[in-house]
Amino acid sequence: MILSLALVALVAVPLLAALLAVVVPRRGALIALLGVAGIATALVVLVPALVRQGVLSLSIGGWNAPLGITLRLDGLGLAFLSMVATVMAAVLVSARPQFAARAGSGETRSQWAFWPLALLLWSALNVAFLSRDLFNLYVALELLTVAAVALVAIEGKAGSLAAGLRYMMFALAGSLAYLLGVALLYAGHGTLDLTLLAAQGIGSGRSGGTAAADLIAAGLITAGLAVKTALFPFHAWLPPAHSGAPAPASAMLSALVPKASFLILIRLWFEALPELASPVLLTLLGALGAAAVLFGSVLALRQSRLKLIVAYSTVAQIGYLFLVFPLAGGDSFAQPWAAGAWTGAVFQALSHGLAKAAMFLCAGVWIIAVGHDRLDGMRGLATATPMTAFAFALAAVSLVGLPPSGGFTAKYLMLTSAFASGQVVWGAVLVVGGLLSAAYLYRPLALAFAKADTPTFAPVSRRLQLVPLLLALAAITLGLASQTPFSLIQIGRPASAVEGLE
Amino acid sequence: MITSATIFGLCGAALIGLGLYGFVTQVHLLRRLLAFNVIGSGIFLLFGATAARTPTGATDPVPQALIITGIVVALAATALGVGLVLAYVRISGKACLPEDADTIDGGPHPSSHEDPPE
Repeated sequence: MILSLALVALVAVPLLAALLAVVVPRRGALIALLGVAGIATALVVLVPALVRQGVLSLSIGGWNAPLGITLRLDGLGLAFLSMVATVMAAVLVSARPQFAARAGSGETRSQWAFWPLALLLWSALNVAFLSRDLFNLYVALELLTVAAVALVAIEGKAGSLAAGLRYMMFALAGSLAYLLGVALLYAGHGTLDLTLLAAQGIGSGRSGGTAAADLIAAGLITAGLAVKTALFPFHAWLPPAHSGAPAPASAMLSALVPKASFLILIRLWFEALPELASPVLLTLLGALGAAAVLFGSVLALRQSRLKLIVAYSTVAQIGYLFLVFPLAGGDSFAQPWAAGAWTGAVFQALSHGLAKAAMFLCAGVWIIAVGHDRLDGMRGLATATPMTAFAFALAAVSLVGLPPSGGFTAKYLMLTSAFASGQVVWGAVLVVGGLLSAAYLYRPLALAFAKADTPTFAPVSRRLQLVPLLLALAAITLGLASQTPFSLIQIGRPASAVEGLE
Repeated sequence: MITSATIFGLCGAALIGLGLYGFVTQVHLLRRLLAFNVIGSGIFLLFGATAARTPTGATDPVPQALIITGIVVALAATALGVGLVLAYVRISGKACLPEDADTIDGGPHPSSHEDPPE
């Protein structure tokens, strides 16, 4: 009973808090903190239960699939839920100076709108990590998109409105592709529940429906999700949208939003339709990921604004995630190296979330100090804001993949799998991508640590500087203490690759 | 013999095609939102047509429930989209994205230049 309640609370608490923040003026920041407390309580209840009992399932309202919607908490979902809760807590705390209504003055539109939008985003993310129903996941993705687009455009400037509209056009096209795929899949198989679809063995010849229709349906769903994840070549909307939003919103958009559609892709290809995955399709996804790594990194090198560098770095870091498909998908799923690649990709998603949120919050601190985010103004910032410079450097360590960070664990696991499976090309992508990310992150760091002639920076509160440092430390801790999250995400993972390369 | 479900399905496919053409070729943002809705209607029609094709011959009610939910979702997305387009037109005086405005020389429709709503 208490477990079902905690499971529902993960979705309901941020949703209710969002509604409350709409109707109660000037109290958004406080309501958001209550939401954080609610989610934290639910997670504290659920973690020991998951470790003790294994996967937790709940059929909402007592209606079983295929008619009802099942929420299912496995180790993978819990890892993402915890990462999101950590990042959201940090973001909501550091958004207070910018978006909390000040005593004695009226509440601006963005101060009112930020809190419900952030909470709606959180609720949609949690549904995406828990739900087993493809149509329910569609609704979650739409809620996520609507909240994310509104957060991009929240300041109401021409540039951010254009970025929001561009994001929306891409996202709408992605939603339609996903929806059409879902309709075709339902027409062929009569269910949209991931577990029931898996039981039908689609693609193995045992199932109903024709193989061509299944491939078209799965291809449409995958293309829709790839657009929403900003996989190359559908990434054009991401850098202007993520760099144009206010720093706390950028942190949520870049660190969290792409993870929802990526997790659905993982569930689709590894849990629901593993036998449909042909080598050509898996190689294509891997190749697009590799192109994203190279293209995103090279473009990040060419930017002259900090937030654009960090945003293009997201394009590149998302690319690594898609290397999991050729390394662990399809036939190689039964191979011993698959577990390493699969776990590596999950670690990459988690550590990127923590490190990228830290970086955007650092950028926010520096924008307050300097007044803009052009690289030429960053000279000497490390002396003025040492804590932030340290946080940015730690986050960079994780993104580049240097030990002992979470990013290192991720890339090490994927690299080992690439060599064990003989797919050396993907290994080369990992190495070159790491070098390129070191190059584009070195530029802002070198400038921040350079000597300045006349450093005149606005003061920034200690608390605002502390938050990104804690996030960056969390990304490092993910590597230092990787054993606990490693064993956690194995709970309830698809069966065939549990024993991996040790 | 062509059943009504097949006709509905083909109509849905035709709407998806028409809408896709509009979505790709039009640069005016309102037209693209309309095209999005045309594609959406096509998908809903196609989805509804599949409900008639159950092995038993009885109509499957689940797609109807999903379509209603989908319409609500599309409505919400369209409302946000229209709101953003209006806000963008008020500030910039243009109803297409900057990159499209450059290639089409200020927008495709002479009427969109005349009097942006205040």
